[in-house]
Amino acid sequence: MKKLSARRRHPLAAVVVLLLALAATGGLYAAFAPAEKAQADSSAQSLAIDEGRKLFAVGCSSCHGLNGQGTSDGPSLVGVGSAAVDFQVGTGRMPAQQPGAQVPRKKVIYTQAETDQLAAFVASLGPGPVTPDSKQYEPSSDPVTNAEQVAKGGELFRTNCAQCHNFNGKGGALTNGKYAPSLEGVDSKHIYEAMQTGPQNMPSFPDTTMPEEQKREIVAFVRSTNDEPNPGGLTLGSLGPVTEGLFGWIFGLGTLILVAIWVAAHTTKAKKS
Amino acid sequence: MSHDMSENLPEAHDASHGTDVATHGDPFADPGLPAHEPRRTDIDERAAQRAERQVSLMFVVSMLATVGFIASYASIDADKIVYIFPLGHVSALNFALGMTLGVALFCIGAGAVHWARTLMSDHELPAERHPIEADDDVRNDVIEQFKTGAAESGFGRRKLIRNTLFGSLALVPLSGVVLLRDLGPLPEKKLLHTGWVEAEPSKPLRLVNMNTDQPMKAEDIVQGSLTFAKPEGLEESDEDFQQQIAKDALMLVRIAPEDIKDAKSRDKGFEGILAYSKICTHVGCPISLYEQQTHHALCPCHQSTFDLADGARVIFGPAGHPLPQLKITTDEQGFLVATGDFDEPVGPSYWERPR
Repeated sequence: MKKLSARRRHPLAAVVVLLLALAATGGLYAAFAPAEKAQADSSAQSLAIDEGRKLFAVGCSSCHGLNGQGTSDGPSLVGVGSAAVDFQVGTGRMPAQQPGAQVPRKKVIYTQAETDQLAAFVASLGPGPVTPDSKQYEPSSDPVTNAEQVAKGGELFRTNCAQCHNFNGKGGALTNGKYAPSLEGVDSKHIYEAMQTGPQNMPSFPDTTMPEEQKREIVAFVRSTNDEPNPGGLTLGSLGPVTEGLFGWIFGLGTLILVAIWVAAHTTKAKKS
Repeated sequence: MSHDMSENLPEAHDASHGTDVATHGDPFADPGLPAHEPRRTDIDERAAQRAERQVSLMFVVSMLATVGFIASYASIDADKIVYIFPLGHVSALNFALGMTLGVALFCIGAGAVHWARTLMSDHELPAERHPIEADDDVRNDVIEQFKTGAAESGFGRRKLIRNTLFGSLALVPLSGVVLLRDLGPLPEKKLLHTGWVEAEPSKPLRLVNMNTDQPMKAEDIVQGSLTFAKPEGLEESDEDFQQQIAKDALMLVRIAPEDIKDAKSRDKGFEGILAYSKICTHVGCPISLYEQQTHHALCPCHQSTFDLADGARVIFGPAGHPLPQLKITTDEQGFLVATGDFDEPVGPSYWERPR
C-alpha cells in the first residue's frame, strides 16, 4: 500500500487511473447490457421460451439437467431442435416412465400449447430440426396427386422403412427388447418428425438424403395403409407367415383334432335305459 | 325316446350271446371280446330312417351352399366392404365365398361321418396279431431254393460275370450325378466381385443415394442417419438391375469417430461415414434394421446381429463372418466415392470363398 501511494504523483499515474476506469466501465457494460436487452424483449417467442424453461425445470430437468445439458440419466438436448420435443412429448414418450430398452408411447400429459413452449425452450439451446407445419407433412387432398404420392411413398417405404416397421407399418422386433412401433393411428406430423429427428434407436432421414417431398410421400403411403380395409377379415397382425401358420396349426388343426375326438368318443351304440 | 325298442335289444332274444368267459377264479384269464352292442339304428327302423333323412339333409345343405357360392360369385361386387362383428370390415364377396364353400365342404364331411356311424354296417372285426416271420418249413425251403439257384447260375464260379455285374451296378448311379450338371452353369468369378469392381483409384465411382438418385456429399450424411446407396451408373431401368443391386447395395451410417472401435474399419470410412454391404452374410437377406444408438444392425430373417461400430462383427445369430465394408473417400468436388471393390465377396459363404 505504501508502495502504491508513494507513486501516486508519478507522471503516468493519471494514465493508469484512466485505463482502470475504462476497463471497469467496459466490463460493467458487458456484464449488464445483454441482460437488460433480454428483459426488454417481450416478444411471443421469448415468452414461450420463458414458459418452456419453467415447464422444463419441473418436468424434464431431473434427467436432462436444468439447462438441458444432459446427465447420466438423460441425453443432452442441445441441438435436438423443436421437432424432437414435439415428437417425444406429443406422443407421450416423454416424460419417460422408467429406464428400459425403449421408452414406449403413452398417454400424452402436456397440452399442445405446453409442448410448443417446451419445444421453444429446447430449440433456444441450440439449432436443430424445426417442428414442421402441415404444408410439409400433410399429403395432398387432390385424389390424383394423392394416389401418385401413395405410389411413390410405397416404394420409398419399402426401401427405407419396411425392414423395421413391416411392409404395411405394423412394426416389428429389434434386439434386446427394443421394437419398431406400429405406425397405425400415428399423427402425420409425428411420422414426419420421427423421420426428421430419428427418435431413440430409429435412424434419422435428414432432408439431405431424403428430401421433404419424399417424407410427405411416405406419410401419404402410411395414411393409405392405415385407412385401407382388410378384405380377408382377421389380419392376425398382418405379420405374414408366422402368425398365419401359428393360427393354422393351433386353431385349424386343433379344431380338426377336437372334431375327430368328438366323432370317436360319441358312440352310437344303443343302451338299455 | 318315446318309441319302445327294448324288445329289439339282443339281450331280450338271446341272453347267452357274447363271450361270458369265467374270470372269477383267474384274474389274468383272457376276458375275450366284449359283447356286441347294436346301434339304435340297427334295431329301430324309424331311427334308421331318421338318420337317413339327416344325412340327406346335410348333402342337400351342401348343394344349396354350392349354389349360394356360385350365386354370390356372380352377384356380389368385389369392392363391397361390410362390417361383420368379430372380423371387422371385410370384403362381402370374400366372406360369402368363404362361408358358402366352407358350409358346402363341411356338410359333405359331416354327412359322410354321420352315415358311416349310423347306417353303414357295424361288424366288429378283431385282427389278432401274430409273429410276422414264416414258419420253419417255409424258411428252410426258401434257403434251399436260393442255394440251388446260386449253384445252377454258377455265380460264384464265373468270376468275370460276377465282377462285370458289380461294375455295371456301381456305375449306373453316375448317370444321376451327371444330371446334376443341369443345376449349372457354375457362377465362375461372378460371386467374387460386385458392381463396385469398376471403381479404381484413378477412376473412382460415386455413391448414389437410392432415394434421390443423386450423388452425396459427406455433409449430407448426418450422425444417426441411415442412407442406402448404389454405384453410379446402375439404373433401375437396367435389365439386370435386380441381379446387380442384390450384390451392390450399401448402407451408409455415420458414427462419431471416437465411437468406432475397429481402427481398420475407421480407416475404410470417411470422417466416420461407414459403407457396409446391405447383404447378410448368412443367406443373403437385405439387412438394414439399424439401431442408431447401439450401432447394431439386425437381419430380419434369422436375427444375425452385427456391430457396425466394431467392423460389423457378428454379435448374435447364424451369420458366419462380418459384413464386408467398402472403402470410401471423397473426390475433388466433395462427393462420396469408392476407389475399389469390397475386399471380400459379399453375401453368404460358399466353398470357394476366399477368407
